[in-house]
Amino acid sequence: MRAVVTVTGTDRRGVIAKVSGFLFEKNVNIEDVSQTILGEQFAMIMMVDGSESEVEFSALADGLEQLGKQIGMTIRLQHADIFDAMHTV
Amino acid sequence: MFGSSQVLETVEMVEKEHLDIRTVTMGISLLSCVRGDAAGTAEAVYDRVMRKAARLVPVTEQLSREYGIPIVNKRVSVTPVSLVTAAFPEESALVGRALDRAAKELGIDFLGGYSALVHKGTADYEEIFLGTIPEVLASTERLCASVNVGSSRSGINIDAVRRMGEVVKETAARTAAQDGLGCAKLVVFCNAVEDNPFMAGAFHGVGEADTVINVGVSGPGVVSHVLSFAQDADLTEAAELIKRTAFKITRAGQLVAREASKRLGARFGIVDLSLAPTPARGDSVARILEELGLEVVGCHGTTAALAMLNDAVKKGGVMASSRVGGLSGAFIPVSEDIGMIEAAEAGKITIEKLEAMTCVCSVGLDMIAIPGDTPASTISAIIADEAAIGMVNNKTTAVRVIPAPGKGVGDKVTFGGLLGEAPVMPVHPGDASKFIGRGGSIPAPIHSFKN
Repeated sequence: MRAVVTVTGTDRRGVIAKVSGFLFEKNVNIEDVSQTILGEQFAMIMMVDGSESEVEFSALADGLEQLGKQIGMTIRLQHADIFDAMHTV
Repeated sequence: MFGSSQVLETVEMVEKEHLDIRTVTMGISLLSCVRGDAAGTAEAVYDRVMRKAARLVPVTEQLSREYGIPIVNKRVSVTPVSLVTAAFPEESALVGRALDRAAKELGIDFLGGYSALVHKGTADYEEIFLGTIPEVLASTERLCASVNVGSSRSGINIDAVRRMGEVVKETAARTAAQDGLGCAKLVVFCNAVEDNPFMAGAFHGVGEADTVINVGVSGPGVVSHVLSFAQDADLTEAAELIKRTAFKITRAGQLVAREASKRLGARFGIVDLSLAPTPARGDSVARILEELGLEVVGCHGTTAALAMLNDAVKKGGVMASSRVGGLSGAFIPVSEDIGMIEAAEAGKITIEKLEAMTCVCSVGLDMIAIPGDTPASTISAIIADEAAIGMVNNKTTAVRVIPAPGKGVGDKVTFGGLLGEAPVMPVHPGDASKFIGRGGSIPAPIHSFKN
C-alpha cells in the first residue's frame, strides 16, 4: 500500500523524529521526505509503503492523527491513489 | 507521478475549499420485487434494499478515510415505484413507507424513486399513484419523489403538468408545519435521466443494470478559489482553469466510484460532473459567477457566465472519467447556495432570471420558495415553461418550488441542513389557468424526429 503522510502546523523540534519513529514501530517504510512552507505553516510530506505492516490502514491513520494531537500538528494519512488520480492525466 | 505541491494542493482543496464527494448513490432495481399484493411487495422491496445496500455506508466511510476526502452523502435510488405498484396503485404508500424505513435503518439521508414517468401520457395506475405523493411525502422523512412530465422525443404532457401543480400545492399543505418541506423532496422533470445520483430527483432507470454505483462530485469552492488567483485572466483562460479544476475534482469522483463499485459488488454506473453547492460559506456556485466579474449573481451577464462555467465543467470532467452521466453541469438551487440566498434576499435575482439561467445549466428552477397562495395553475405554468426549455434544448430541466404555506414575499423558509433556507420570491401575478386547463400535450418539437 503506497500512501502519503502530510504533517502541517507550526514548526517545532522533533517532528520528523516523532513521526518517523511511529512509522518505524508499525513497520511502515519511508520512501521519500520533503518539507515546504504552506502559507505561514510548516508542511512535511512523506511517501510511505505500508505493505510490510500488519497494522490496518484505518488504525494507522488513527494512530497518526493521535500523534498529531500530542505534538500540536495535523497529521493525515492518505492512499497515494487519490493523488495519482487527481494529478496525472 | 505527483509531487509535494500536488499533495498539498489536494489537502488544501479538502480542508479549505470544501472539496468533497457529494454523494455515492446505489441504484437498485426493484422489478423483481413485484408480488401479488401491496404488503408482500413492500416487504420484498424492503428486504432487497436492505440486502443490496447493507454495506453502502461502512464501505463509503472506509473509502473516505483511505483517500482523505469527505463523502458527504450515501444514498439509494430505486426503480420508479409507480411501475412496481402498477397492479395496486392505491396502496403505493405501503411501498413508499417500506423504502423510508429501509433508508433510516441503513443510515442514508435520502432514498429516491417514488417516481412516475408520464411524459407521453398518464396511465390509470400512474394517475392514482400521483395522487398518493402528498400523503407519502408528509408521512416519510427520507423518501424523495419525482415525476417526468415531458421529453424532447415525446413533447410535454400538459395533463400531467396540470396535475403536478395540484400535487405540489397539496404536498405543501400537508407539510405546512415545516414550511412545506415535502416540496423540497419532490421534483418535476422534463428529460429526466435514469442515472442521476443527486436528490431529490434520483431514480434507477429501467434500462439500468441490477445494481449500480453512481457518484456525484462537487467542489464549487475549489473552482472559486482557483479563479480568485486569476483576476487578470481573460475568459478563454478562465474557462481553461475551470476545465483543469473540474478534471481534478472528477478524477477523485471516478476513483471513489470505481473502488466503491468493486467493494460493493455493483456495476460502476457513472460519475455526475455537477458542481453542487451547499449553504456553507465557500461552497457556492453563485460566488464562482461573481468571481468571474459579476457584481452580484442575477445581474446582466449571469447567463453568459453560467454557460461558460457549465461547459467548462463538462469538458474537464469528460476527459477525467470513463463514464459520465447524470445531470452533469452546474446546479443553481436558491436555498442551498449562500450566494443565491443573499442575492434573492436583496431582490437582485428573480425567478425570471433564474429561468433564463436554466437554459444553459444542468437542471432547473431548484429549491425556490414562492408565496403560499400561488395558485396550482401558476405552479403548473412554471413547470410548463421549464419543461419547454428542456424539450426544445434537448436537456434535463426540473422544477422544485416550495409554495410556503401562510407565507408571502418578504418572509423566509428554513429547512436546515443541506436544504438550507430561502426568502419567498415573487411570481408573476398573471393568470395562466386557461392555458394549463386546456390539457392535452404540447407536441414534440420538429427536431425530435431524428430516426
